[in-house]
Amino acid sequence: MAQAKKKTAAKKAAAKKTATRSTKKSVVKKSATKKVAAKSTKKSVVKKSAAKKVAAKSTKKSVVKKPAAKKVAAKARKAPRTVAKKGASNKGPSNATLKAMHLKMLRIRRFEERAGKLMEDGKVPGALHLYVGQEAVASGVMQHLSNEDWITSTHRGHGHLVAKGGEFKPMFAELFGRSTGYCNGKGGSMHISNMDLGMLGANGIVGGGPPIAMGAAFSNQFKGNKNVSIAFFGDGASNEGSVHEAANMAALYKLPCVFVCENNGYGEYTPQADHQAIVDVADRASGYGMPGVICDGMDVMAVYEAAGEAIERARSGGGPTLLECKTYRYYDHVGIRGMGLTYRTDEEVEAWKKKDAINSFEKRLIQLGVMSRKQLDALDAAIGEELEEAIQYASDSPYPTPDQLLEDVYYVKGA
Amino acid sequence: MSEAKKPEPRVLPYVLAINEGIRTVLREQDDSFLAGEDVAAAGSVYGYCGGLLDEFGSRRVIDTPISEKGIMGLGVGASATGCRPIIDLMFMDFLGECMDEVANQMAKMRFMFGGKATLPVTVLTMGGAGGGMAAQHSQSLEAWLAHLPGMKVVMPSDAYDAKGMIIAAARDDNPVFVVLNKQSLAMSMEVPEESYEVPIGEAVVRKQGTDLTIVAFGRMVHEALDAAEQLKDVGLNVEVIDARSVQPFDTATVVASIKKTHRALIVHEAVKFGGIGGEISAQIQEEAFDYLDAPIMRVAAPFSPVPFSPALEKLYIPNAAGIVTKVKETLGL
Ligand SMILES: Cc1ncc(C[n+]2csc(CCOP(=O)(O)OP(=O)(O)O)c2C)c(N)n1
Ligand SMILES: [Mg+2]
Repeated sequence: MAQAKKKTAAKKAAAKKTATRSTKKSVVKKSATKKVAAKSTKKSVVKKSAAKKVAAKSTKKSVVKKPAAKKVAAKARKAPRTVAKKGASNKGPSNATLKAMHLKMLRIRRFEERAGKLMEDGKVPGALHLYVGQEAVASGVMQHLSNEDWITSTHRGHGHLVAKGGEFKPMFAELFGRSTGYCNGKGGSMHISNMDLGMLGANGIVGGGPPIAMGAAFSNQFKGNKNVSIAFFGDGASNEGSVHEAANMAALYKLPCVFVCENNGYGEYTPQADHQAIVDVADRASGYGMPGVICDGMDVMAVYEAAGEAIERARSGGGPTLLECKTYRYYDHVGIRGMGLTYRTDEEVEAWKKKDAINSFEKRLIQLGVMSRKQLDALDAAIGEELEEAIQYASDSPYPTPDQLLEDVYYVKGA
Repeated sequence: MSEAKKPEPRVLPYVLAINEGIRTVLREQDDSFLAGEDVAAAGSVYGYCGGLLDEFGSRRVIDTPISEKGIMGLGVGASATGCRPIIDLMFMDFLGECMDEVANQMAKMRFMFGGKATLPVTVLTMGGAGGGMAAQHSQSLEAWLAHLPGMKVVMPSDAYDAKGMIIAAARDDNPVFVVLNKQSLAMSMEVPEESYEVPIGEAVVRKQGTDLTIVAFGRMVHEALDAAEQLKDVGLNVEVIDARSVQPFDTATVVASIKKTHRALIVHEAVKFGGIGGEISAQIQEEAFDYLDAPIMRVAAPFSPVPFSPALEKLYIPNAAGIVTKVKETLGL
């Protein structure tokens, strides 16, 4: 499909920007224990931040501790934007939390690997956009949520659903188009959802989710509960008008909403440098009037902490946050094939795989004595068995019946 | 994708005919350019823009961000000011993202400006179900577009028409939507290498017949032709018209046929309610009521979003069997 193409100036610029991008990432990692302040020159921005939120002075390198409730004026040139700290929390998460996050990641990885294989074998119709590589984002964010909290997902939605508590059986059944699926087989991969789990659907429309998450956040605010909503979206989606409108409204109404941008460096086959003139999507936060935070999306602890702060702010009436997680998809845009692609190099893929969220976290769990290798292996095996059972269940499930075609087009009283 | 020159006749699949249509336009019109998501470096997700970046460079073959409103606005603004853009909207369903630019700007600007603006913009987009792509990647929304005064809409049913209609659309000084079909990409036929137009607004009789006229749109033409073959076995000889153009619609060709066959069946993949078939039916009655021996019938999708499950999608999409049944019903058989 994709044609070999000549190196254009744009391509070269892209390569350059990509390089910048990875450098930035390592900076993020190194400065993980610090909060780097942002700068801003615009007076109105300063004023706004002064009235509304905390900000920092000083240059990029200095560390400014954000006072909890106090409002400090900003003298920075880029509006409030921070680089998330890593592992700096005094009250670290419990072992149970660590295990839960690991479990989420591993369940996602194995589900996606299996689903991809099934697609390649022709067992799943349509297109599967797989989440392999990005597991830390869904897991670190979802660790803070209950079923009462809403999320909106993307076309790459299985991982979000698994992390939100989605079960393998109805998930595979949905991918297979069976009536036992979460959506009775009518939605498929791109529309998989579960309202009981607070999952407002994957979405076939890029940028479709954020306005809906904003609306759900409005609903929470309207009803006066403490629930939040999370909008997951990609770097590519960040260029959709819908995302900007949702973010503006969320900031304006101070809605309990967190916009989680999973920046995996590509929108389909287009590298980020060819689809936007910025490197950090979080830069846009100041334009919306909300804090922007960048974190290492390959480090589940970094995501956990950054998301925790944003979600806490949202729950306590502090309004929305734009949280950008730098991450990577190992597979192709659709399906499995990850290597030998024309739009990215194998070296780039390898470099990201070295930072694999699950590998590094497992090492850490062993180091901390939270889990042993043996326990990890046993867990993996158990997930494997659960998957096979679920696939069997899905394969044995019936297809929807013809009368289901016209069912649920409308809500019908008493039906 | 540089095809070696082969002697005529040359057979091309729909996907490469689209490519050749765009290529021809870019060669013929210096002010034309192609813009869309993943059309340049990746050659489009369908592969029909393969090689265009190589031949025309990044000034004229442009990868855009995922910003349909912006892309369509680019087409409006650039066409109104002297360019001849070809805009690629990856899936017709994404009209939702850019309907204001299409409906309120592109279609109306010339009229609103008292004829002072001309918008020679061509939009290529992909419609149709059948690949398990579910509710947001499978729709046939041509009626949305045909409802807009100022807009032209064509639906090439085969490779020859795809190339010729893209060229005709690009030469037209009005906004034209070329609605392609994703299930037809591999469908091959003879396609001339030279530049040619398939005129916008002209239907074509694909099969002559006497017993009933089927008016079909896009890929449904092939289902109708299949049905016509099957109906031969029961001694029925139906005429099949490929509407080709939705807006403007070639009422004359259809009416002439019905004056001969006295019966009409309209087939489209879009949902029946509010589909273009209702409009065609009304036009036939207005112009040929006295010639009709039976009610005008329609075969179209049921009133539901496109279902994902292959079991339901199969039922959803109109097919030859359904057309056969409806023809027999119309003829009281
Ligand atoms: C409105 C809309 N435009 C285009 C597409 C086609 N499309 C599907 S996924 C995708 C790329 C999305 O990129 P990003 O938001 O970065 O998410 P990622 O795939 O990287 O997870 C595109 C262009 C779509 N589904 N919806
Ligand atoms: Mg992306």
